[in-house]
Order: sequence, then structure tokens, then C-alpha cells
Amino acid sequence: MKRLAIAAAAAGLLIGCSSAFAQTTLRVGLAEDPDVLDPTLARTYVGRIVFASLCDKLFDIDENVNIVPQLALSHETTEDGKTVTIKLRPGVKFHDGEAMDAAAVKASLERHMTMQGSFRKPELAAVDKVEVADPLTVRLLLKSPFSPLIAQLTDRAGMVMSAKAAAEAGDKFGLKPVCAGPFKFVERVQQDRIVLEKFPDYWNAANIHVDRIVFRPIVESTVRLANLKSGSLEMIERALATDLPEIKADAKLRLATVPELGYQGITVNIGKSDVGKAAFGKDPRIIQAFNLSLDREAITKVAFNGEFLPGNQWVSPKNPYYQSKFPVPKRDIAKAKELLKAAGVSTPLSIDLMVPNNPETRQVAEIVQAMAGEAGFDIKIRVTEFATSLKEAEEGRYQAYMLAWSGRVDPDGNAYIFHKTKAPQNYGGYSDPDVDRWLDEARVQGPLADRKAIYEKITDKLLSEGSIVYLYHRLMIIAHTAKLDGYKQMPDGLIRLTGAKLKP
Amino acid sequence: MAVAHAQVAELNHESPTARAWRRLLRRKSAVFGLAVITLLVLIAVLAPLIAPFDPTQQSWTAIRKPPSLQHWFGTDESGRDLFSRVIFGARASLLAGVVSISIALGLGVPIGLLAGYGGRWMDAVIGRITDAMLAIPFLILAIALAAFLGPSLQNAMIAIGLTATPIFVRLTRGQVMAVKVEDYVEAARAVGNPARRIAIKHILPNILPALIVQATISIATAIIAEASLSFLGLGQQPPAPSWGSMLNTAQRFLTNAPWMAVWPGLAIFLAVLSFNILGDGLRDALDPKER
Amino acid sequence: MLVFLAKRLLQLIPTLFIVSVIIFGLQQLLPGDPALAMAGEERDPQVLEQIRRQYRLDQPFYIQYLYWVGGVLSGNLGESMRLKEPVLTLIAQKFPVTLQLALMAIVISLTIGITAGIMSAVKRDTPIDYAVNLVALWGISTPNFWLGIMLIFLFAVHLGWLPASGYVSPFQDFWLSMQTTILPAFVLGNSFAAVLMRHTRSAMLQAMSSDYVRTARAKGLAERVVVLKHAMRNALTPIVTLGALELGTLLSGAVLTEQVFSIPGFGKLIVDSVFNRDYAVVQGVTLITATTYILLNLLADIAYVLINPRLRS
Repeated sequence: MKRLAIAAAAAGLLIGCSSAFAQTTLRVGLAEDPDVLDPTLARTYVGRIVFASLCDKLFDIDENVNIVPQLALSHETTEDGKTVTIKLRPGVKFHDGEAMDAAAVKASLERHMTMQGSFRKPELAAVDKVEVADPLTVRLLLKSPFSPLIAQLTDRAGMVMSAKAAAEAGDKFGLKPVCAGPFKFVERVQQDRIVLEKFPDYWNAANIHVDRIVFRPIVESTVRLANLKSGSLEMIERALATDLPEIKADAKLRLATVPELGYQGITVNIGKSDVGKAAFGKDPRIIQAFNLSLDREAITKVAFNGEFLPGNQWVSPKNPYYQSKFPVPKRDIAKAKELLKAAGVSTPLSIDLMVPNNPETRQVAEIVQAMAGEAGFDIKIRVTEFATSLKEAEEGRYQAYMLAWSGRVDPDGNAYIFHKTKAPQNYGGYSDPDVDRWLDEARVQGPLADRKAIYEKITDKLLSEGSIVYLYHRLMIIAHTAKLDGYKQMPDGLIRLTGAKLKP
Repeated sequence: MAVAHAQVAELNHESPTARAWRRLLRRKSAVFGLAVITLLVLIAVLAPLIAPFDPTQQSWTAIRKPPSLQHWFGTDESGRDLFSRVIFGARASLLAGVVSISIALGLGVPIGLLAGYGGRWMDAVIGRITDAMLAIPFLILAIALAAFLGPSLQNAMIAIGLTATPIFVRLTRGQVMAVKVEDYVEAARAVGNPARRIAIKHILPNILPALIVQATISIATAIIAEASLSFLGLGQQPPAPSWGSMLNTAQRFLTNAPWMAVWPGLAIFLAVLSFNILGDGLRDALDPKER
Repeated sequence: MLVFLAKRLLQLIPTLFIVSVIIFGLQQLLPGDPALAMAGEERDPQVLEQIRRQYRLDQPFYIQYLYWVGGVLSGNLGESMRLKEPVLTLIAQKFPVTLQLALMAIVISLTIGITAGIMSAVKRDTPIDYAVNLVALWGISTPNFWLGIMLIFLFAVHLGWLPASGYVSPFQDFWLSMQTTILPAFVLGNSFAAVLMRHTRSAMLQAMSSDYVRTARAKGLAERVVVLKHAMRNALTPIVTLGALELGTLLSGAVLTEQVFSIPGFGKLIVDSVFNRDYAVVQGVTLITATTYILLNLLADIAYVLINPRLRS
């Protein structure tokens, strides 16, 4: 009898121990395979999802797009806006055991600013020098005031890498990244999986309850969802709007949705090349007519089950910088036809619409074609591979281009490079000295109200003669198993596992 | 030993074409294949008269409706009638099949004749280039070509045609080699006919059967290739319907509108099947060993 | 024999050279700037210039080609611009995956094709014959990506028996690996199964009516023994050749199948690389594929000549 009791106790202990040691693995389905896992060299949205668990940054954002501390505790900018002092969090360790201090942060920032092939250079272009004030304080000296700077530090430019690992690996850092995030890198098989494992010395380890993450790129959204439903995955990103009813109907799944920081729109060639000047560039009333021929509500209803948000500015209507003075216009075919006539255009006006090769974009293009057709625009859809379309846009070989932007925390990130004269992504060729001046002013100003006032002037101008017709804003749709508790979605669509627990 | 068809037929007082037809029509399956193809061609040509709706007409209240009396095949993601789109899609697919193989024939046969009858150096050079093109997986070459030329049905046809050319070069060359040593060819040469005349007047008619059979079967492959390219986004551009691009779109809606994937796939299957059956029947009908 | 072998191996060199020129040329002609494609959303002109210089994209194409050839000859196939990994590493990772699919596809094809072919020949002109013929034609005529989609819908979404996508290595978990690869292997192999079926059938029919078999039957040997032994041997010989040639078609088919089933193999790698203008990967992968194909053809030819001595002259 005694032996039985001991055996039972031993068995109980074993079971108890094994369940305590049972690893919780979260398998996440990504919509693409991330590019290189090096914060300095990375340039895809999907890579940022992996970074959210792998590499902590100086600052982060909360549900309301406010900037909150992560690796840094606070920031202070001088009156003249040219010196930013950042105080760091003490006791932070990198995945290789090295301690994070101001010298490491300085090394990271300088790597972002100077390394060959770095895509962070334009983001940190305003920074002149980085100084170490004391082991836990970094000082950035700017060439000129730049209020979006802290927002830049909530993304890859603010990610801090282990100075030792970065120095040793050079540009091969991305093959075995070493950062300071909640999870550390285990292995990667291209196009198959990226495996991360909990970092026990993470500064916030108490709030991390998942032991392993396996990221799996699955391009077909149907297949991604099928995997989630069958239990092969615990979480997927960018589910389709048309799949929402099915996800909602499944009791084993939960949704975490948030309106995106970016926008989806049509860039119009008004000044980039002759082919553009001949069409939309001839008279701003042509763009206005085009604008009025579109029913944004209907577009989101038909293509996205009504789940996406119609929009007409470079920030979504839910964003604090949205100008409610200029609401989303309603469709008005009569007015559109009038404007075209007043501009002296003989209908039908032939327009070459370049559309990147992506099923949802193609569908929207077809709807736009049908809608604008009623006002007198004869839209010819030209589906182009994305790589080619960028080149065509650069050279101005298009008249309209369906281009989306994934969005940045600071509204400047959604506007400056598109509308400033000769800015790198100003594919429309828009140029206006007033707008240029206002864009620069808005960068210098601090408080939201002041900047919003400047942006109001810009919005007014852009809505009547600008080169981007904003259509709608996506809902970032993350779906996960009901066994995942405590997951909170942030507005940038990235996956953060702080506080999330996976029930068995 | 094979004997020239023309001479045998003359002996039987029956033209070789008539003989081929007779033997072809004897096979039930070949008749079936021919009938289906004729039907498809008619559908493609008469599409505007047969289709109940405009294939590009969107209807924002009838999105993704299942098959019904009004819409026999259901509607797609923009409310367009699937039945009409499948009918009009026949144009793209059949055109793609026929035009691309015509290109392949037009380029491949002359080059093959050249290789077979133009001397060893010519043969070696053409041989290596053909080997190289055949060594690259067909679809990859087609994708690269289509990407280079730009996405459009026309360019897809050119890409497929160019990719299929080596097959006809090799076939023609092989046939020429076999027929080159026949008595009637030797005789023609002895009489002093120039090489080009021999190639066109004597050799070509005798290798025609093999070419026809291969062409028919290649049209089947070409139709699938066009569908594959459209599936990847490189073929027929929206809103014009193409069976391949319809399948591409249908993938997203597999769970909430599966009928979108069924009909275009069935259509491709039917078209390809009939060309394959016809090709089989032609092969048997034109086989010199049978009477 | 050796002369034959040597001649063919020598022919390999100009062929491969032409392959590399064709692919290299095509890539150069592809519209779109690889630096732009690589840059994604972060398109700063300074950075783009740097990238172009780093990968020699600003050099004339023949210089780029010479650098590449030099690399190949010293065993370096270059580096993927997008993934920053050496092309050889990527190939080493992905080739086994596609190879596994291809081998499974061949096994499935052989099993289905030969069995069906025998059945159909033995039961000639009966309903079984017609049915098998129809199924074979169905196999050749169905676009494999459509078949893949339909099968995913049936087995993964509707019935939930098999995973909808993804790949697990057999060394990691054999049973799961089989589950993830059975559908794509079937899709990949069904057209070859059809080809095999028709070939086996005709070879069997030919053998069954041949003099040798008639004599054996007259001697009183059991029909089945006679048929199986002689006819099979006759039918199987060219299968070797067919199989080797089929590998090329399988790779083409793999491109779409891997796309539909999200399998990280060769086919998917090449399509993604073409669309992303990742030149080095496309060139390296095509070169390896072409070389494999040509070598396999050579092996098949040798095997054919060996088995059939009459062709040796």
C-alpha cells in the first residue's frame, strides 16, 4: 500500500513537473517572408512584426499612438529643438549577456546612420552627432529641429543592437541577430520559419508568458486562415476583410483589429512627366472631377465587406491629426461631369492606371474603373509587377498609380516625402512653394495643436490640387486562437506578446 | 521501311487528307474531341450573342452569389456573372493556345529544317541553343519572358510561343534526319534540285503528320501555360476575363464562394482534354503503319 | 561508348554557356530596377546608389556577366540581394524539399501509372479500360494549380484531414512530413501517372500480341506469367528515359504547386526571385537546374543505349 502511494506521488510529481516545463509555443502565420533581420538593413513591414519580439527599441507606442518608454525612460528636447537628451533604462541586457549602456546605444545609432546600405539614413538624417553624457544618458545633437525624431525612434531606427555582435558580424548581423527584445533568435530557414525563444533576462520578463515563437510565412491568405482554423497556427496577421464573417462565426477564434496608420490611394501624375501633364496635370479640376466620381463607401463595401474605413486624407479619420473640416466627399457624378467640361476636357478622357499585381488592389482598380467611367474617364488598367511599377513611377511613365503606404507613427511620415518638391517618393511631381514651407514648419513645431493648424492649410491645398487621391484605410486584422489570453493590438499592426498568455 | 504517304495514297486512288479523315472519324474519342473543340470555338466566336450578361458589368448588390436561375454559375467578387465570364474567357484561352503554337511552328519548323538540312555546323549551333532552351524549365522561361515583355495576353502568347519553339525545332530536325535518307529525297538531290526546294517540296509534306500531332498536343499545353501565367498575374489583364486569372481571384474566396473556382477550372480541363484526345486520334490516324 | 560519353560531356559546356547567357540576358532585359525592388518602402536615392554600387548594378551587363562567370568557376554563385544569404546556401536548403516532392511524385506516378496501365491492357476494351483511359486523360488535362486548390479545399478546409500548407522535413517528423507533402506530390505527379499509364498500356498491348508471347502461350505457360514477365520488361525499359525527362517537367510543375501549397522549395524560390529581381538567385538556380536536367538526360541516354545494344552503332 505504501509503495503504491509513493508511486502515485512520484507520478504526480512527474506530471506536475512536466506540465510546469511544458513549453508554450506560439505559431504565427505571416503574409510574406521577412527580408533580412537586421534593423539597419531591413525594409519590409512584415520584418517589423518579427522585430517587435526580437529587438526592443528606445520608445514604443500605445493604443492611442502615444509615445511610451521601452529601452529609454524619458526624452527631453531643448527650447531650440536642436538637442535631445534621452535617459536609458538601467539593468537591460542583450541576448548575448552584454549590458546595454549609452555607448551601445550610440554605436547602434551610428550604425544606422553610417553603415553602407543602411535604410535608416533618411530617418535619422536630422541627427548630426550622438554623444554619451553618462552611462545611462545619450544626447543627440541635431542639424535642425525635427519634431518627428522621437517617433522615428519607435521603429527600426530606435532599435538597439548588441554592440559586440554587430561589430563582429558586420553586415551579416541579420543571419544571427542579437538585440534586447523579449525573445532571442534561435534559427531561420528562409521562406519556411523563423524561431525565437524567450529571453530569461529580459527587463520585463515577468510579463512574457510565451516560451517560443515560430513565424511561418504563408502567402495565400486562404491557406493561412485554413491553418489557423485547423490548429496548425495560433495566430495570423493580415487576414482578409472578406474572411471576417467566417472568423467571427468560429467560436475557437478571436479577432484583434485596429485601423492602420497608413492609407490606400491613387497617386496621380500631375507634373512628373509630359504624359502626366497631358492628362491630370492640365487642370486641377480634372483631379477634383475624378475625386467626385468615386464612391468610397461603395468601394469598401464591395471589396471589403464594409470593414475598411473610407478616407480622403493621409491619416485615417480616427487619427488625432485628421482634419474634420474636410470630410470624405460623397459621390457626385453631375458635378464631376461639370468640372470636366469647365476644364475643357473632351470625354471620354483616356487614363493609364498602373496597378500593382495584387488581387485586392486589382479588384479596387476595377471598381474605380467602373465608377470613374460614368463621369467620362476611360480608365485602362495596366497590371504591373510591383518591382516594375516602382521604376515606371520614378520615370513618370504612368498617369495614375494605385499605391499604398503602410504608415508612420508621426503624420509627417505620411506626408513629407510625398508632397515636398522633388522628395524621393513624390511620384506625382507635385510642387508648391507654400506647401513646401508649411511641411518644413510642421516638422519644427512641437505641440499637436500647432502642427495640426499647419497641416490644415496643407490639407486644404492638397485636396483640391494635390497628387494623391486618398481612398480608404485598411483594418489591420489579426486573428488568433481563443486560447490566447490578454493579447492587445497596437495601431501599427505589429504583434507584441507582452501580457499575453497561451492556455493549454 | 516507311514509304512516302503521297505515293501510297496515289496507288489507292485516295488523297492522303481524305484517308486521314476517314481513319480519324473512325475513332469515337477523336470525334468527341473534335466536337468539343468545335463547340468551344463556336462559343468563343459567338460569345457576345450567347452570354446573358456583359462579362465586365459589375453589380454591387449581387456580390459572390451562389449559382441560381438568374446567374447559372453564380457571381464573382464584384458581382459579375460567372457564366458570361467563362464564355468570354474561352476567347483568351483558345486564342492563346492557337496563336502561341502558330508562333512556335512558324519559328520552329524553318529552324528545324535548317538544322536537319543545312550542314553540320548549322546543326551543331542550333542543337546547342535548343538544348539550352529545353534545359530551362518551361514555366520559368515563360515567366521570365512574360515579365520582360510586360503583362498582357499578347505578350503571354509570344512568351509561350517562344518557349515552345525548341520542341518543334527538335521534332522537325529529327523527322528531317529520318526522311533525308529516303530514296525519293536522294533522287531529288541527284536530279540537281537546290536544298531549299527539296526541303520545302519533298521533305516538309512528309513530316507534316508528326508536326500536326505535336501541334495539337502542344495547344493543350499552351492553354494550361496561359492559365498558369494568368494565375500568376502575367497574362490577360482585368477586367477582361481569362480562365487563369479567374482562378487566381477565386483562391481568396475558396471558403465563402467555392463556385468561383470550379467553373474556370472545368473549362480549362474540357478544352485541354479535347485537344489531347484529338491529338491522340490524329496520331493514330496519321500513323504510317496503320492502313 | 567512351567516345560517345566524351562527346556528350563536351557538348555540355557550350549548352550551359548558352543557358547562362539566355537567363542573364533575360534578367537584364527585365524592366524594373532591382535596387528599387529591394528597397521596398524605404526609397532614399543615396541608399539606392550605394546598393547599386555594392552589387555592381551600375556596370555594363557584360562586366556583370564576367564577374558572375568568374564567381561560378570558383564555386561562388553570388549572394541573394533580398535575403543576404549565399545562393548556394539557399539552394542547399531548398533543393532537398523540391527533390522530396519530385521523388514522392515519381513513386506515386509509378504506382498508379503502371498498375493502371497493366489493368487497362489486360482488360482491353472493357469498361475498366475506358474508365482508366479517362482518368489518365483527366490527369494530363487538369491544370495542376487548380487541382491543388480543389484538393486543399476538400482535404484541408472541408474534411480537415490534412494540413492546408507548409512543409515539415522528414528528418524532423516523418509522419507529419508525409502529411504535408502527400497532396502536393499527388498534384505534381498526376500528369506523369497519366503518361506512364498510356505508355505501359501500349507497351503491354504490343508485347501481348508479339510472336514471343504467342509462342509461350502455345507452349502452355500460364498467361499471367508470360504477360507479366515479357511485357513488363518491354514496357519498363523506356520508363527510365521517360522518368529522367520527366524531372524537367516536374520542376516546372513544382513552381505552381509550391506556390499554392506554400512549400519552401526551388520553384517558389525562383518565382519569388524573378518577381523581386533577385538576379543572383535566378541565375544560380537556373544554372543548377539546367545542369541537373542535362546530366539526367545524358544518364538516360546512356542507360537506353546500354539496355538496347542495337543502338550502340
